[in-house]
Amino acid sequence: MLEVQNLVKTFDGERKKRRGSEEGSSGDPARVFAVNDISFKVEPGELFTLLGPSGCGKSTTLRSIAGLEKPDSGVVSVGGNVLFAAGPAIDKRVNVPANKRGLGMVFQSYAIWPHMTVFENVAFPLRVRPRSQRPGKKEITERVQRVLETMELLQYADRHATKLSGGQQQRLALARAIVIEPSMLLLDEPLSNLDAKLRESLRFELKRLQRELGITSIYVTHDQIEALSLSSHIAVLRDGEVVQMGKPRDIYENPQNKFVAEFIGTSNFIDGTVALQDGDEHVVETRDGRLRLESAAHVPTGTEVVVSIRPEAVMLTTERPVGTANVWEGNVTTRAFLGDAVDHVVSVGKRDIRARCLPHISHAPGTTVYMQMDPAKLALVPVD
Amino acid sequence: MTTEAPPRPSTPQPSIDPRSWEPPRWRRYLPTPKFLTLGIVALIIAYLAIVPLYYLFWGTFFDQAGLTFSGFERAYGNDQIFSLVGNSLLFAVGAAAVSLVLGTSLAYLHVRTDVPFKALFFAASIIPLVIPGILYTIAWILLGSPDIGLINHYLEPIFGRAVIDVFSIWGMIWVEGLQLSPIVFLLMVASFRAMDPSLEESSLMSGATRWATFRKVTVPLSRPAIIAAILIMVVRSLESFEVPALLGLQNGIYVFTSRIYFVLRDYPPDLSAAGALAIGLLVIAIIGVVISNFAGRASKNYQTVTGKGFRPRPMELGKWRPVAGVMIIVYFLLTVIAPLLVLLYTSLLKFYAPPSKNTFSTMTLDNYRQLAHMADALTALKNSLILGLSSATLVMALMAVAAWIVVRSRIRGRKVLDGLAFLPLVVPGLVMGLALSFVYLRSPIPIYGTLFILLISYCTRYLPYGMRYAVTSMQQISNELEESALVNGASWWQTFRRVLLPLLMPGIVAGWIYILVVSFRELSSSILLYSPGNEVLSILIFEQFENGQFTVLSALGVVMVLTLVVLVTVAYKLGAKVGLKQD
Repeated sequence: MLEVQNLVKTFDGERKKRRGSEEGSSGDPARVFAVNDISFKVEPGELFTLLGPSGCGKSTTLRSIAGLEKPDSGVVSVGGNVLFAAGPAIDKRVNVPANKRGLGMVFQSYAIWPHMTVFENVAFPLRVRPRSQRPGKKEITERVQRVLETMELLQYADRHATKLSGGQQQRLALARAIVIEPSMLLLDEPLSNLDAKLRESLRFELKRLQRELGITSIYVTHDQIEALSLSSHIAVLRDGEVVQMGKPRDIYENPQNKFVAEFIGTSNFIDGTVALQDGDEHVVETRDGRLRLESAAHVPTGTEVVVSIRPEAVMLTTERPVGTANVWEGNVTTRAFLGDAVDHVVSVGKRDIRARCLPHISHAPGTTVYMQMDPAKLALVPVD
Repeated sequence: MTTEAPPRPSTPQPSIDPRSWEPPRWRRYLPTPKFLTLGIVALIIAYLAIVPLYYLFWGTFFDQAGLTFSGFERAYGNDQIFSLVGNSLLFAVGAAAVSLVLGTSLAYLHVRTDVPFKALFFAASIIPLVIPGILYTIAWILLGSPDIGLINHYLEPIFGRAVIDVFSIWGMIWVEGLQLSPIVFLLMVASFRAMDPSLEESSLMSGATRWATFRKVTVPLSRPAIIAAILIMVVRSLESFEVPALLGLQNGIYVFTSRIYFVLRDYPPDLSAAGALAIGLLVIAIIGVVISNFAGRASKNYQTVTGKGFRPRPMELGKWRPVAGVMIIVYFLLTVIAPLLVLLYTSLLKFYAPPSKNTFSTMTLDNYRQLAHMADALTALKNSLILGLSSATLVMALMAVAAWIVVRSRIRGRKVLDGLAFLPLVVPGLVMGLALSFVYLRSPIPIYGTLFILLISYCTRYLPYGMRYAVTSMQQISNELEESALVNGASWWQTFRRVLLPLLMPGIVAGWIYILVVSFRELSSSILLYSPGNEVLSILIFEQFENGQFTVLSALGVVMVLTLVVLVTVAYKLGAKVGLKQD
């Protein structure tokens, strides 16, 4: 459906700023990449998420797909139509203007036009079409009403758009984006403007709508929970490059490096050396004991590695479990009740390990506990 | 889109057909509407801003014989030059000082204290906009002339002689300073509002008296704003034409502007000598503007705005409150009531005379009746309306597009366009008038001697104001509002017309009102460009002043003020409809 190849975008404004602010340290005054050689493919009907911290290039990538930014080189095509192509390997430059791309987009601020009513906002994309493709007045009314009904906004049609609540504005922005039945929907942090509760309920709402409409969507967010719960596939971005791409569960359970493990959820990192490797089986020797784990990475013996342990993969008991691997002894130093879970910090040697337990398991600070770590839930990541 | 997803290939394959979108061949060679609109607007602005100055320099330095400095010799080569420069500087600095002292103390009282009659401040700051400079000056002649001035009439019995003489350099400074004080007031109110009051409170807590706090904390903190205000007022007084022409010429007190006017009134007019004087004035004005910009930039280090919301708590004046109240009333009487009343009074008389039983019993509306039958007056009113409405509309239409170029586009040279639109700000009206006559006296197109040349002058002079209004409101529109229109399929022109323009409307209407109002008071460039039959209201008043027809003139003045009041009110009402903020 969507294919992005070798997308590159540099900012000259940024470049100047850096030069100005970091005078003297002009080690590499070269280009500052907003997006550095990003490629990915999205299949029809998918919800594909670009995830990363601010400044990682996710929004620039999305805006390049929308046609709001002009990349330096690369290819963007939707459904076989080339929307953008430029670069040394391309003999024919293409740059379809944003208003000719026929995509739907929801902006971070929703960009609801304050001088129009709800109805007029949604009708706008239909009304500005070239005369030959513009639907009749009656059809416009029908289509707008249908979309407003789907979004449960029909009763507000004549209201001024600024009089809506945050959640309603978000639905209005979505209605406006899908009224032309675009080939693809672009969402730029659509939930970041809402409060936590509303965000959660709209997340499910969005998921349901996307599935019902079957519309291919590209979703940009810095919120890992949003990304994990909504996406069919995720691309994690950092400094303009894709660091890992895959299904949410793969990325969560098998982060390929420390950055991903840290950015998506929280993780304990324990460094050590591979002492034994046999097929998927690895044994890692660490300062505080041995860890057994399964990994398809097949890291040879003697390699220095980091083991990533999710807090919820650590089970705490007061009595030493028998017959299981990966049991360490430690002392609880801090405890925090979170409502749906209890966080413990356990010190082992000089190391602090975070463990997240079910709410009924709670150990007072000072208690000696045994940590049990499931070999299937530990991940090997390379040393940075 | 609901079809079965094909298996995900492991590596991206180039499956690209680059012919899927391209415009028809013939259309690629036609300029797009966007390109045309932007190009035309940029060209018009460049033309308006550059051409007059080019011709001014060319006309001053070149004659049939080639490069020449004879104009400079005639303009500066006599011993009057020292008194000219001296008078100009004394007048400008003096008027700036008067306006600064009045404006700043009023602003401080208004923002920071519990001074009474706060409602009067707003009236006092808006009225000078509605009373054009020429009327204000004439009103002060009626009040302070040694022969007929009302103030002298009442004070002469006490002091035995005429106490004040408005036809002196001190009179000029007084009238100009009084007239500029509301502008200082508005500038300083903004500055005092932005200052965190806890800075002053902590000074009081440290044991400083109010006066010491004012001197050691308040004034130093607002120094950048004060310096900026001084420079702006100096430049404005240098460029002022009405006061020097009406008050100074009487006793031969010349400043730059009145000298230029005097040189041009001779027959044949010495254009290149006037040009030399104009260039001198232009250079001084540019120096002032450059310094004030520089001071403005330096003041950024001094920012007192904390970004935190605070509500300034008014300081209690205590026993000084009545004193301050009396000061406010006196100021209001002097700046607003007295000039308006004296105009109204004079307009009802057959012959001008100080108020007495006799004058009040013979009051008549004859002057107004005479106006209604005066073809000149109706033409002038019509011309002023046509010029005001069309220059306001043209400038704001141009500036809406120009603001897009400057704020939104990434076109190279957009900063140059910004600079060009601001250039006329440093050109005094009289200089602009002279420069335009240089251009169109030579032009084969018969523009000189028509209303059209006045329109060109007004549009040029008000470009900077239009630009400020349009740019400010363009900056307030989120980028995403425009981008979402583009993504939704709107072309540039559709986006501009259906999304940006409606959102810009409040700013555009505000700018439109401002230009309409200031165009009514315009005298300094009109006086060089009008031709008989093309008078505007301010010119007509000037002509009647020179003929000594005070009573008819006053009636005309009252009509003009009323017209402006109606225009401003209607415009504000219209503005409220499009969401114009009123404050």
